[in-house]
Amino acid sequence: MSSIPDQPGVTSGAATPPASGPTVTPVTPVSEGKTGAPDDKLPDGVLSGSGEPGANDLDAQWPAGRDPIRLLDARWLRLPRQPLLRHLLFGAVTAVGFYLLTSSLSAFNNFRIGEIALYTIALAGLSLLTGTNGQISLGQGAFMAVGAYTLGVLMTHTHWPLAVDVLAAIVLSGALGVVVGMPATRLKGPYLAGMTLILALALPRIADKYTVFFGGDQGLTVTAPTPPGTIDPQRWLTWIQLAGAIIVLILLANLTHSRFGRSFRAVRDDEIAAGLSGIHVARTKVLAFTVAASCAGLAGAFLGLSIGVVNTGEFSLSLSIYLLAGMVLGGAGSMLGAWWGAIVIVFMPGWSNSIANSFNLGSAVAANLSLVIFGLVLIVVIMVVPMGIQGGIGWLAQRALSLIRGVGQPRGSRAPPDISTTPDITTGGG
Amino acid sequence: MSLFVNLTLNGITNGMIFAAVALGLVFIWRATHIVNFGQGSMAMFTTYLAVTLLDRHLNYWLAFAAALVAGLVMGAVIETILIRPLAGKPALNPVIVTLGLFILLEGMAGSIFGIGSRSFPPAFSQAGLTFGHTKVAFSHFDVFILIAVVALMLGTLALFRATSLGLRMRAAAFAPEVARLLGVRVGRILTLGWALAAVAGSLAGLLVAPTVSFSPNFMDLVLVYAFTAAVLGGLDSPVGALVGGLVTGLALSYVGGYLGSSLEPLGALAILMVVLSARPEGLFSRPAPRRV
Repeated sequence: MSSIPDQPGVTSGAATPPASGPTVTPVTPVSEGKTGAPDDKLPDGVLSGSGEPGANDLDAQWPAGRDPIRLLDARWLRLPRQPLLRHLLFGAVTAVGFYLLTSSLSAFNNFRIGEIALYTIALAGLSLLTGTNGQISLGQGAFMAVGAYTLGVLMTHTHWPLAVDVLAAIVLSGALGVVVGMPATRLKGPYLAGMTLILALALPRIADKYTVFFGGDQGLTVTAPTPPGTIDPQRWLTWIQLAGAIIVLILLANLTHSRFGRSFRAVRDDEIAAGLSGIHVARTKVLAFTVAASCAGLAGAFLGLSIGVVNTGEFSLSLSIYLLAGMVLGGAGSMLGAWWGAIVIVFMPGWSNSIANSFNLGSAVAANLSLVIFGLVLIVVIMVVPMGIQGGIGWLAQRALSLIRGVGQPRGSRAPPDISTTPDITTGGG
Repeated sequence: MSLFVNLTLNGITNGMIFAAVALGLVFIWRATHIVNFGQGSMAMFTTYLAVTLLDRHLNYWLAFAAALVAGLVMGAVIETILIRPLAGKPALNPVIVTLGLFILLEGMAGSIFGIGSRSFPPAFSQAGLTFGHTKVAFSHFDVFILIAVVALMLGTLALFRATSLGLRMRAAAFAPEVARLLGVRVGRILTLGWALAAVAGSLAGLLVAPTVSFSPNFMDLVLVYAFTAAVLGGLDSPVGALVGGLVTGLALSYVGGYLGSSLEPLGALAILMVVLSARPEGLFSRPAPRRV
């Protein structure tokens, strides 16, 4: 019994960690026979940019009830172990938070929150594709265009309920995702990037070509849904978009924790090894592509509802690159990181304008500052913090936690990883 | 019939330009196994430098040469600052960084030079030549384009085949470790590869600029067409870049002429998807065995 154990695992700890049951993960033999060997590196779950933070590994070190910090993570404070329950809980808390937020904000701010929600959907899909499955796509903006135009065409030519239109947008962009994803299964990073880059440039031009059907420069008019009762229309639309975002995030979070998610990661880390272990590599990659495209389709439909019109100007190449930048900034493979990226994408034009105005930089700079900043974001984040904001927060949190707990831990066993050797946005490689 | 002839001539001219940019992509791919998506933006930037010098009434050919030199410097600097630290990192990292470079340079050009489109004067007359009694879509400027790109190709060939520097470049690309042991300064060779690629891009930018509405994104489509051409040619073969450029140029010229110019990018996408599905290693490249 030592309240500040110098060598966790040497006293009685060697027997207790397995006893703390479900917290022990098989891949992290944290304190088994640990004698401070210098090469005894702990796996840093947080930094891998995907999956669960390795907080549970820490718990395993401490005999139950002896840890002074134990109060912090008493059992009743813990999150449910079941991923589905945990994600539903997260979703419910987020929903309540957003309900309170949207009820107190003006219509314009609700509009922005709706935009954040829809970009979160697109980013979460892209994040799954790149962070979890290791495929890069510059076509996310093009798939958003497909979703938006599906909604616009259906609203112009039919009188189906909105839910059906939105569902059609999801299905159609997902179907295009299958078509594009098929040749993509054989491609390595740069080839895929180039192909999706052309997709992002080519697809909106179809709408320019067939102006009668797609409305030409004016685009297609989209009417927002009428709210029941006396709810403010903008608030109602924002609620729909937020509900969509929360549902999509819960679904995607569950997907990443399922058998499919493990296949995604296995394919990302080593296609050949994944294939040898019985994973159908091509099918897995197409599935990831389809999921990402469907997310973009839903986001595009929501974007159409937000701005009330669908035209090609909204879906330029820069949209696709902004989405890539938002994803990289938030943290590839992180569902929560998608929110960070979305916030930056939505607020960046305003920030650029105020920066340009406050420094008297002129209108040319004001119009281009977003491009410059997103370009810098792509370069700097990849070179300095490849795990993005969410990964950085996780890293800091883990550092703080290990500082609190790490009293008397052998120095160096939990040394901060050299920033240049931190895992990159995907741990896989070509 | 005359439409077909004109489209063919137009396709050859465009194809030569795509080949020049594709050659730059091939240079960089061979040296570092990176596709430089910033290639088009870098060329755009140096072309803006040229037009700025022309606005100051500098001699046309001096401005032309200044843009090429600026490309040389820019390529070397970018390799040193942005690309060198990425060595040994996952393949996606350089893709994302060069994409960042792509929009960073476009944003900077828009901020400095303005986003409105303007015109870039051609070196020679762009009026179509007359053969016998028919006027064809082939001008003195198009002849200049052909000569310039052929000179670039021959210069590349001579560099790789006939000089010791070219031998070192091939060695560094083929087996960097062995080359380093034998005294080749691989790092410098990579920098030089990027610099030469940027020169090829700058040349293409100067050749494209007079034929399009000149604005910060005028190289976007040229870049993706050149990428198509380079992939068609196998991405590591200079001859492949030339042939791929010509095939892409002709195909897109016919697509644009017969189906409408807004479908050209879709045509490039179709070519790329077919090539990558049927023969991902391209026409002029041997399939590399995958190592476990």
